[in-house]
Amino acid sequence: MFLWIVIDVILWGFITKYLGSLGKDTFSFVNIILGAIILWGFLTRIEHGLMMGFLEDIWSRNFINYFASPLKIGEYIAGLVTTSIITGIFGFSVMLLIAGLAFGYNIFKIGFFLLPFLLILFIFGMAMGIFVSALIFRLGPAAEWIGWPIPMVLSVFSGVFYPISTLPKFLQIFSRVIPASYVFESMRAILAASLGTSPSTGSGQALTINLFIGFGLAFTYLLLTYFFFIRVYRYNLKHGTIARFNIE
Amino acid sequence: MNETLKVVGLVKEYDSFRAVDNVTFAVKPGEIVGLLGPNGAGKTTTINMILGILEPTAGSIEVLGKNLKEHRTEIVKQTNFAAVYAQMPGNLTVYQNLYVFGLLYQVRNLKEKIKSLLHDFDLEAFANTKAGLLSSGELSRLNLAKALINEPSLLLLDEPTASLDPSVANFIRERIKKRTAETETTVLWTSHNMYEIEAVCDKVLFLSHGKILLTGNPRTLPAEYGKKDLEELFISAAREPLFFNG
Repeated sequence: MFLWIVIDVILWGFITKYLGSLGKDTFSFVNIILGAIILWGFLTRIEHGLMMGFLEDIWSRNFINYFASPLKIGEYIAGLVTTSIITGIFGFSVMLLIAGLAFGYNIFKIGFFLLPFLLILFIFGMAMGIFVSALIFRLGPAAEWIGWPIPMVLSVFSGVFYPISTLPKFLQIFSRVIPASYVFESMRAILAASLGTSPSTGSGQALTINLFIGFGLAFTYLLLTYFFFIRVYRYNLKHGTIARFNIE
Repeated sequence: MNETLKVVGLVKEYDSFRAVDNVTFAVKPGEIVGLLGPNGAGKTTTINMILGILEPTAGSIEVLGKNLKEHRTEIVKQTNFAAVYAQMPGNLTVYQNLYVFGLLYQVRNLKEKIKSLLHDFDLEAFANTKAGLLSSGELSRLNLAKALINEPSLLLLDEPTASLDPSVANFIRERIKKRTAETETTVLWTSHNMYEIEAVCDKVLFLSHGKILLTGNPRTLPAEYGKKDLEELFISAAREPLFFNG
């Protein structure tokens, strides 16, 4: 379950170590790139954790048993969220442990802002997981493939590995509507300021505004995707798709 | 009101196709009713509507005097279901599966209940075995144990013995009959095994093209239509529904 994130951390740990040896002390590759990989891994785990919980019910042909029971649809989604929290936190801890022991990475260098960063990524990860699950619920088990590459695609626009200013102007529009991009831009600004490479960007007010926008967007997406899932559920009740999931 | 289940004018349409066409019937407490018909007749669609996982286009369903549409949560606490195509999570053990569903149905004294179900369905030896490793006979017994965990007033069984060997099928039939006699559970049972229907059901409803063609006692109904047995009646009704309709 955690194989990919462990491989990710080890791979990027060595890459950042190598880059660090080239750049000497001018730029903290481990803190910035490995930190970004770990935070992105956290978001991915939340999304995949939620989707996996949903897919396991499809794979085990257990849908009818759940939906014919007193379980309410909101409770079902809450259950998926709970399992994704557990797997997400566990995966995050494993990544931190490996990165700390093997590469001397310390996430607490981000400081107080770590908490809101994690909260935004967590809410956005949930929204992505619910959205993908709703799509699979609507389109059928064959649509499962949609869920796996979504975090990778979004990482292009989220400024995980590079500042958003690196993107062409028209692609930056997408970044503005992705909550995660506010987290990664802010994280870079904090770490750059702590290293003295870019003192002006570390202004607390700008960071707070960024985080408010990120949080607002993530929460809006969570609400929208929740209602989307409920809507798909009602559509499936009308069209008999819940029963067909057990046969497909 | 003394019916456990009352279905009135039930209709299910998919675009222009009518899967269930104005079906009306009632089932009393302790009665086992067989829902018969060829593939695509509307049996599973009817069961899914009673389970609340499919919305009817028209008509009403009442369970224990309450309308399903308005009192779904209350009603599903008193119903349960088993079907060959609805399986339990394979990565959970037999005990864990029963425990999870016991919690969902808010069963009191759950541990005691599970113990008694494991004993009744000869599953004690498999309590710690993952459901994914069970044989089809053992899985069917687990499905049935789950279906009885909340001591339902209405039990819906969609081909519960399909693909099982005669010995396991007989075991399941006997358990359900015993349970029904003891607890006055109402059972709606679909099957393609006419011997089974004759042995278990008090009444049968024969569906074809979404409509009820025949209804009556499975032991006397064949003679009423000049047929040797229920199987011959089934074949005639499936092939010439208009004859029975008229």
